Parts: sequence; C-alpha cells; structure tokens
Amino acid sequence: MIHFLLKGVLHDRHRSLLPLIVITLGVALTVLGHAWVNGVLGESFVMSAHFSTGHLKAMTRAYAEEQDQMPIDLALIGVKEIMDELAGIGEVDWAPRIRFGGLIDFPDESGSTRSQGPATGFAVDLLTPGSKEIDRFNLTSSILSGHIPTREEEALITYDFAEKFHIQPGDRFTFFGSTMEGSMAFGNFIVAGTVRFGAEALDHGAILIDLTAGQRMLGMPDAAGEILGFFNNNRYDQKEAQAIADSFNARRSGSTDEFAPLMVTMRDQEGMAQLFDYTHIISAILITAFVLAMSVVLWNTGLIGGLRRYGEFGVRLALGEEKSHIYRTLIYEALLIGLIGSVIGTVVGLALALYLQVVGLDMGDAMRASTMMMPSVIRTQVTATDFWIGFIPGLFSMTLGNALSGLGIYKRSTAHLFKELEA
Amino acid sequence: MENKQIIDINNLVKRFPIGDGYFTALQGITLRFVAGEFAGLVGPSGSGKTTLLNLIGSLDSPSEGSVVVLGHEVSRLSHRESAALRNYHIGFIFQTYNLLPVFSVYDNVEFPLLLQKRDAVGRRKAVMEALDWVGLSHKAQSRPAQLSGGECQRVSIARAMVKRPELVLADEPSANLDAKNSHHIIQTMKRLNRELGTTFLFATHDEKVMGYLDRIISLDDGRVARDERPLCVNEAQSDSTAEENGHARRQARI
Ligand SMILES: Nc1ncnc2c1ncn2[C@@H]1O[C@H](COP(=O)(O)OP(=O)(O)OP(=O)(O)O)[C@@H](O)[C@H]1O
Ligand SMILES: [Mg+2]
Repeated sequence: MIHFLLKGVLHDRHRSLLPLIVITLGVALTVLGHAWVNGVLGESFVMSAHFSTGHLKAMTRAYAEEQDQMPIDLALIGVKEIMDELAGIGEVDWAPRIRFGGLIDFPDESGSTRSQGPATGFAVDLLTPGSKEIDRFNLTSSILSGHIPTREEEALITYDFAEKFHIQPGDRFTFFGSTMEGSMAFGNFIVAGTVRFGAEALDHGAILIDLTAGQRMLGMPDAAGEILGFFNNNRYDQKEAQAIADSFNARRSGSTDEFAPLMVTMRDQEGMAQLFDYTHIISAILITAFVLAMSVVLWNTGLIGGLRRYGEFGVRLALGEEKSHIYRTLIYEALLIGLIGSVIGTVVGLALALYLQVVGLDMGDAMRASTMMMPSVIRTQVTATDFWIGFIPGLFSMTLGNALSGLGIYKRSTAHLFKELEA
Repeated sequence: MENKQIIDINNLVKRFPIGDGYFTALQGITLRFVAGEFAGLVGPSGSGKTTLLNLIGSLDSPSEGSVVVLGHEVSRLSHRESAALRNYHIGFIFQTYNLLPVFSVYDNVEFPLLLQKRDAVGRRKAVMEALDWVGLSHKAQSRPAQLSGGECQRVSIARAMVKRPELVLADEPSANLDAKNSHHIIQTMKRLNRELGTTFLFATHDEKVMGYLDRIISLDDGRVARDERPLCVNEAQSDSTAEENGHARRQARI
C-alpha cells in the first residue's frame, strides 16, 4: 500500500508538485528567515563586541566598577607585560583601547574658537599594518568622507560634528581632556574623515584616534583603559570565554590590589546578560510567527488538494475502502510530501543562508541615506537549529491541511461522496 | 443446481430530505435476485434506478423496509462492515468508468486486491487473469488517458471482476460508448456471468443492453412497474442478433 501511495503521489502532479513547491519554498524561507533573524540579532552582538565589550575584556578591578565613566585614571599599566601573558592564549586577538572624554574645539581662520562641544574619544590601534581594529570599527564602509588615518595626528570624527560645525576633511581641531594623572591634556588633530558607525552610542560626538597618539596625549605610555579580546573566528563562545577569564583571574586571586587586572566575559558585562536572554525571546517570537504564517499557506494548499479529490474518494469507497483508511492515506501522503519538501527546502534554505553568511548582502548604499540603526551588511547566521526548524511548517502544515480537508470524508455520507462521481 | 439468494429486498422505501419535506425516490420495492442472474433495472430518468443500486451496494441506507445482500441486512452494517462487503463481494461499474487517472491499468485493477491485503504473487496472477478476460493484457502499463472509452470500461470491468465478487452492480455502463463498444462490453460481462456465475445487475436506458438481459425490471416513479423474463434470450448472440432480439421483444411488447 505504501508503494501504491508513493506511486500516486509521484504520478499526480496536482497532488505532489504544487504542494511540494509551496512546501519547499516555505521551508527554505523559514530556514533563511531564521538564519537572517539570527544574523541581524547576531550582528548587534557583533557590534557590541566590536565597539565596546569585546568577547573578553581585561581592565583594573577599579575601572570595572566605574566603566561607564571612562575613568582613565584607573587604567591598566604595564600593558606590554599583560599583552605578553595574553599572547599565550591561542585563538584570541587582544586589542588595547582607551576610551576617554573631553572637549573638542574647532578654531576659525584666526585661530580662536569657532565652535566647541563635548566629545567621547576612542584611541585604538589604527596604524599598525594589519590591525584588525579597522575592521572591527567597520571603518572601510562606514566612512562618509575622507580616509582612514594614516598618521598619528589624523583623527576621524562622527558625521554629526561635521554637520553641526561644517567640518571637512583637512580641517584642524584641538581636543581638551585630562591625563591619567589628572592634569590637563590636549592634542591637535587633522580631520582625516567623517564616519557614521551605525550605532547610536558612538555616532554622537565621537572622535577616533590612533592608540599611540592617545597614549601620548593622555600621558599614559604603556597604559590602556581596557584590553579587549576577540576570538579569531569572530564567534562568541561563552564557555571558552569563561574558561579564559577564569584562568586569567585565578593567577591574581591572591591579590587585593584594586589596580590588578580583572578579566570579564562579554556576557558578564553590564546589560549584556539581559540582551542575550532578550535576543533569544525575540528570536523565538519571530520564528513562531514565521512558522505559523507558513503553516497557514501550506494548510490551504492541503485543503484545496483534499477538496479536489472527493470524487476519487467516492470511487475508493465504492471499491470497498474504509473511510478511516482513506483518511489515513491522506495523512501519510501529506507526511510524505512534507518530508520530501522539508528536506529539499532545508537544503535550499541552508545553501542560501550559507551564501548570505559568507558573502553578505551589502545594503551600505541604502543604509547610508537612512537614519535607521542597522548594520549595513546584512548577514545570515546558520546555526544547528536551521537544520530542523523548517520541518515544523514543512511536516505539520500540510498534514494539518489534509487532516482538516479530509474530515469532509466523514461529514459527507458515503452516497453523497459517491454522487461527486457524477459531477 | 439450486441457486442461492443474493439479494432480498422487502418493502423498501427511500426518502431524501429536501427543504422542509421529503422526496420519496423509492416506494415499496420488493425484489429478489438469485445467484447467476443477468438482470437490469430500466425506466425513465429519475425513476430511482441509481438510488436502488446504491442501496444494494450498501452505499446508502433504506428509510423503511429492508435490503439484504448476501445475507447481510444493509441498514445494520457499520461503515467498516459495509466497506468489507463491497471490498470482497460486490463489484461496481460506472457510466464514467472512474478509473484512478494517475495509475496504470494494472494498478487500477490491482487496487481492490491491495485493499484485501492479498500477497503480491496472488495479486499479479489475478490481475493478469482479469485483464485477459477483457482482452487488455497488452495495455497493462498504459494510463487511462491513453485508452479509448471502450477500453476504459473494459478496465473497469476487470477491476470489478478481479476479486471474483458474487455480485456486480453496473450503472449505465454503456451510456458513454458507441454501439460496437457497447455490444463488446456487454458480451464480455455476459460471458463472465456464464463462466464464473457472477450475478450482474444493471441500471440502463440502453436497448442494446436490454437485449442481453435475462430479466428486466421496469421502475416507474420509484415503484416496480414490471418484472419480466424475456423468453428467448440468445445464449450466444452476435452483435446483429442482439440488436434484432431487442427489436423483436420491443415489438412483441406492443
Ligand atoms: N441525494 C439526493 N437528494 C435528493 N434527491 C435525490 C437524491 N438522490 C436522488 N434523488 C432523487 O431521487 C430520484 C431518483 O434518482 P435516481 O438517480 O435514482 O434516478 P435514475 O433512475 O438513476 O435516473 P437516471 O436515469 O437519470 O440516472 C430523482 O428524482 C432524484 O432527483
Ligand atoms: Mg441514474
């Protein structure tokens, strides 16, 4: 009988091809949608990691307490030594950074202040050839005008400064702040270019300068506010991160020095734990909505397929088949088509998702004009879930459709079904 | 040979609900058929032929009276039991053939045996034998769409006969066929009736079919108007004699 069913399904294009196409499409879309949601949500994690938390972060215990105030007076000293120690940990790239605050001052032709405003600064390694910081800040595609700094005295400013104060690449400015020791710090810079990072926290009144320039200006040679660690494969791995942090911290467990370095994982940084959990909830909601929508579409396909076949059911009843048997075969058919469609759809969906994961869909041009807060390159992220998520709408929707439409077999009397033959 | 009773209908009434009331399609039918009969229900459109066949085939149940088929009181059968009755004992032949279009001729004929869960070897033998009866062994792998109307109807005869039922119900089997094909399929059924002893009950308007029947029951307005056994049914009619026979009897009746 299974053989017989299979033959029927394969031979009847109406019965198999259309639902198969719909299921394949639906399943592929579900897989792609899921990977996309993961990608977009993942992207905001990537941005958080790249701009602020790292996958791991080392700083002094005191700095950790007051992180949001960018307290450079509590910075880590002896960065070289720590970097040597960290170099022993494979698979992680370490990047010292300084975050600082102060005033930015744009002079007029005569040299006196034309305009002034508060600014947040980032000093990161921009000049070492092959520095990964340029990629982490996504500078190549977020730069709006000018170029990436190639000298210590060059700086990038965010687009709102440029707009408010009519600043162009080549203009000069002075930055005022305080040194690590608490005395007055200032530095003169040339605007190399303007940027829009696409993250609210950064895009308002920020400057980006080279690490060495920052260390010099802020009087902190061999010091840095924080050292960020990034897994080389760019995937955050909580277990691995925790292990690295634990072993790093264990080496200092005896110390009571509040300037001793402390390492925390991405998840352990402020607000991130909630974000992690929140993301899972959002992802679950989106997936459920998607699965439901696909199920409705596929359910309709099943329904139409079932209605079309009342005549056939009439003959089969006349030949002595039981109603329950017809009903069961209808369900098996749906499962069979659903299974085939789910497999093909999952393969197609995974292929598309993997392609978009590797290549990415560059929305840079469209994004530049908008003020929306989204990563400019949309990337999917394939996870283990993508291998089975498509089977939910694939198997259940058509089965549900056939199950419901098949109820007509029971609702109608045998003679009535039989009458459909004459139509 | 003592012929056993196949169908026993007593005071059968069938009403269909329409609107607030009822339409009485059959009223007070009493009929008996014994094994080996080659009988037909005739009568104007709407006289109740199909309704009566459906009741005998256990596809519908009586409003009053009883229909006993092969010893089973139809109104008392569960769905499952009536399906089994059809599956093992009753073959159906339809005006519009109603072959399953997605399956080959072979598959269509095999289907009733699959329902009976017969083993593969037994099925194969029975299907080929049935196709042989109707002269279509060479078309076993064709699809219904590739066959002529006459061939389709022969396939449906094979499908009805493959399980060797005691009773075959045929509702207007020749209505969609030309004269030559009509004679061919009726002769085929007549031969099976003689060789296998299968009881055939037709519903028909077709004079050509009537020419072969050894019992003609005329229905009119849901009642049995006449129940006749033509005397001179030729056992081995040729196409032309069947035609003549029909004419002869019609004239005899006038
Ligand atoms: N399900 C039904 N509901 C209501 N009326 C019905 C139903 N089935 C049949 N009838 C009526 O019962 C009467 C007999 O119908 P039936 O189909 O048995 O006629 P018939 O003799 O087979 O006619 P034909 O030669 O046209 O096939 C008709 O008037 C028909 O309208
Ligand atoms: Mg009829």
